[in-house]
Amino acid sequence: MPAGPLLAVHDLAVTFTQRRRRDVRAVDGISFSLGEGSVVGLVGESGCGKSVTSLALMGLLPPRGVRVSGRALFRPGGGDAEVDLLSLPTRRMRDLRGSELAMVFQDPLSSLNPVVPIGRQVTEILVRHRGIKGAAARSAAAELLERVGIPDPGRRLSEYPHELSGGMRQRALIAMAVACRPRLMIADEPTTALDVTIQAQILELLKELVTEEGTALLMITHDLGVVAGLCDEINVLYAGRVVEGAPRHDLFAAPTHPYTSGLLGSIPRLNASPDDPLTPIRGTVNDAIDWADGCAFAPRCDNYAEDCLGGPPHMRAERTGHRFRCVHPVRGRAPESTAPESTAPDGGDR
Amino acid sequence: MAARTQRIDRLAELTAARREEAEGRGVWREAFARMSRNPMAITGAAVVALFIVVAVLGDLIAPYGPTEQNWGDEVFPNRNVFVGPRAENWLGLDNLGRDQFSRMVIGARQTLMVGVVAAGLGFTAGALLGGVSGAAYALGGTAGRRVDAVLMRVVDMMLALPSLLLAVSIAALLGQGLVTVMIAVGTAQVPIFARLLRGAMIAQGSRDYVIAARALGARRRRIALVHILPNSMGPILVQLTLSLATAIIDAAALSYLGLGNPDPSVPEWGTMLADAQRFLSGAPQLAVYPALAIIVTALGFTLMGEALRESLDPRLRK
Repeated sequence: MPAGPLLAVHDLAVTFTQRRRRDVRAVDGISFSLGEGSVVGLVGESGCGKSVTSLALMGLLPPRGVRVSGRALFRPGGGDAEVDLLSLPTRRMRDLRGSELAMVFQDPLSSLNPVVPIGRQVTEILVRHRGIKGAAARSAAAELLERVGIPDPGRRLSEYPHELSGGMRQRALIAMAVACRPRLMIADEPTTALDVTIQAQILELLKELVTEEGTALLMITHDLGVVAGLCDEINVLYAGRVVEGAPRHDLFAAPTHPYTSGLLGSIPRLNASPDDPLTPIRGTVNDAIDWADGCAFAPRCDNYAEDCLGGPPHMRAERTGHRFRCVHPVRGRAPESTAPESTAPDGGDR
Repeated sequence: MAARTQRIDRLAELTAARREEAEGRGVWREAFARMSRNPMAITGAAVVALFIVVAVLGDLIAPYGPTEQNWGDEVFPNRNVFVGPRAENWLGLDNLGRDQFSRMVIGARQTLMVGVVAAGLGFTAGALLGGVSGAAYALGGTAGRRVDAVLMRVVDMMLALPSLLLAVSIAALLGQGLVTVMIAVGTAQVPIFARLLRGAMIAQGSRDYVIAARALGARRRRIALVHILPNSMGPILVQLTLSLATAIIDAAALSYLGLGNPDPSVPEWGTMLADAQRFLSGAPQLAVYPALAIIVTALGFTLMGEALRESLDPRLRK
């Protein structure tokens, strides 16, 4: 086994520039890594830079008006040679996409071409990367559809996207993503557009494929429930930076950043008494301040103190692999048992 | 009892509609179905169909040859003696004693040919220009935008000239003739198609499925041809029907100005209109027939195009 992670992202930053407008820093120095065959989650609310991160890694950001910096070292084929996904020439990047890197998008209907039958869309990638053509490609496509749990794949091949159900469409997209057994699959909110029952099925399918094929999965979502059952490691994003990263159990057992703890506190629980109010995080993402001035979460934080504004907080790492970016972390093993002065369970402005 | 039957009929209708919906018909089939319920579309299609039948089967329909001067001794333009509609000549005689009805029927062919070829020419060239431009803009990055900018400035220049003026100068350049008329009228149509297709392709270029196709490593040419182009054809196909109307009017106008087919033995509505001008006081009907024919035909195409556009536009659906 070669040493080093499959994908190591260092200081990824994406800035959108527009004439006569202030630059928008959507991603502000994200670092994380992903081992061969592992499942890593990127969690955060709308506007925290999740999707931009995934598009940047795939090289799919528009060519103009965007500045990308940092490095994303990827080992194609799992070999020792590393390439930087952010600076790779377009042509090589295009060859990697679909074969080594794959992506599953949020909205399965708009991600499929409405006027091209499913079969042709699936065979397209087989022709492109595996050189299979004609009847062979068609039967390979049918196999793929069967593999992702689409019944009667032979008939589905000639159907159009609008003739499939939502879950079916997402399955078809997943089939296209796994068609060439990519090393790394990025799933950008793959279950958001689906209803809860289908969500569970799609997550189950992703898990199954990842385990069987040894594909590494970068799961991007706003839903902690999704990552809880799936990810080995979780990174929590806030305002374009990772504020906390930890192995799954650590994160859920001992959330250290007030934001993470707030997110966990705001999840409805079945075993909670019906009278217990949910504890929301007050404010909105728009309340963030510039990381350069201090912790961007400070305006919404219950642990806020003066020294939170003393420049960007450093990432602190513990030996367990737990890392967090906070001056006044939540100390305690579980959100319920935290010290009274560090969190205010009922302190939300309801 | 009657109310009950009515209710059941309505129920059957609704279930049928549901079933059709569930079966998932294509956009075009659905648009066609919607058009067939639109009286405007039916009127337009009827006119267009009649026009095409007359143009194609003209020889069989026309009772006499268009150049036969069978009644030359009955018409004396100098003395203001003309022959109006009568049993053997439905629309009367023209100034040379030829059967006006036969000339109108045979004239339809010229008009249709010029219209179809010119609109087709404009469509092809415009789609080529707009397609390259749109694909370059949507997928070509910075270099692509430059290509697009250059092509679009060319189109802008064509658009800046009034189409008839452009057609006249081309006709003047290439000399009088049928081919000239076709090229001239077609050229005037190019910028419209180019602009429309480019706009549609750029709009499609940022759609999710294009990004998804790129995420699968699809090459740009393939994305442009398989994904973007087929989804961008709607507007220019509608424009094609509308352009047929404009082309017919433009072609008639060029013939009227004397830039059309110089062969006097081949009747053409525009030329007939120009000829009739000299006898406007004595025989106004000679001008009215071709003028009406031009108007009605153009109206037919316009109605059809308009209905097609409406039935494809989800915002205008009732």
